[in-house]
Amino acid sequence: MFDFLLKIFGRETGGSKNVAKERLRLVLVHDRAGVSPELLEILKTELIKVISHYMDIDEQALEVNLETSDNQVALVASIPVRGMKRLNGGLASSI
Amino acid sequence: MSEVIVVTSGKGGVGKTTTTANLGTGLAALDHKVALIDADIGLRNLDVLLGLENRIVYDLTDVTGGHCRLRQALIKDKRFEGLFLLPAAQTKDKTAVNPEQMKKLCADLVQEFEYVIIDCPAGIEQGFRNAIAGAEKAIVVTTPEVAAVRDADRVVGLLEAAELRNPTLVINRLRPKMVRHGDMMSIEDIIDILAIELLGVVPEDEMVVISTNRGDAVVQDERSRSGQAYRNIVRRMKGETVPMMNLDQNGFVGRLRRIIGFK
Repeated sequence: MFDFLLKIFGRETGGSKNVAKERLRLVLVHDRAGVSPELLEILKTELIKVISHYMDIDEQALEVNLETSDNQVALVASIPVRGMKRLNGGLASSI
Repeated sequence: MSEVIVVTSGKGGVGKTTTTANLGTGLAALDHKVALIDADIGLRNLDVLLGLENRIVYDLTDVTGGHCRLRQALIKDKRFEGLFLLPAAQTKDKTAVNPEQMKKLCADLVQEFEYVIIDCPAGIEQGFRNAIAGAEKAIVVTTPEVAAVRDADRVVGLLEAAELRNPTLVINRLRPKMVRHGDMMSIEDIIDILAIELLGVVPEDEMVVISTNRGDAVVQDERSRSGQAYRNIVRRMKGETVPMMNLDQNGFVGRLRRIIGFK
């Protein structure tokens, strides 16, 4: 009812507060985890290095992000695998 | 039973000093003994908000440095018997005081006062650490803006790390009309993000500027919306349950709601 009245009588612009909320949410994920974009970049490079020992991955499409839900932050990585590497001679020697 | 409360925010300009002045004045108006400490050394302002700038002889660093007795540095308010201000030094910097000295100062003040309210400087450096050192409770002030809420979040984290748990929140300068139009974050939005207890909401109000010009606290103004908001916060600080003010009542929808019988 009130929403309806708001639409008729109110200005009801784009609702820039949603933009504010979303930006705030994103910036807080990094603030709270104490992780800067630079650090995430370094982490990404190291991840590629380690995973490349075992798998052939698509480095360009690789995504590493911090995500939040219910006050918990998770490190979510999406790493497209092109194929597995053959581990001839065992793990130790290949690393 | 006494309380030592720090008013902090991280970001500057959100209304820490205004909040401190109003809560202090509001408590004193209810016959409590209140000491306000301006911990913003080098940028003293609380004296001006209270209209006491001409009465300063000694300041906080004179007390911590042993140059005068605490009682000599405390300035008595011009309106309320029970309200006193310990002004900040204007010619020194934040390093002139250390957290141990602040703890001692607060411990001395609670002997005589029911409420000790510390106005924290902006930032999270030494001035912040000094201001929170002697406090046992914290009030975080924010405005409905991305930068202010972000800094408030940071400060909440730092307060908790310093064992000042469960800080409460004052949302300042809310503009109900913009919230209605979806152009300002609402109370719920901010609480949702910061996840701390709400102490009160102060609407944007020209009367704050007018009172400040005169060196008065708006909490004394019976007719102003912001004054009412501060009086509500004061009562909540005393442990009373006071419902949140209906901030919509001056807007079109608010008037309409009252006409059709919704409160």
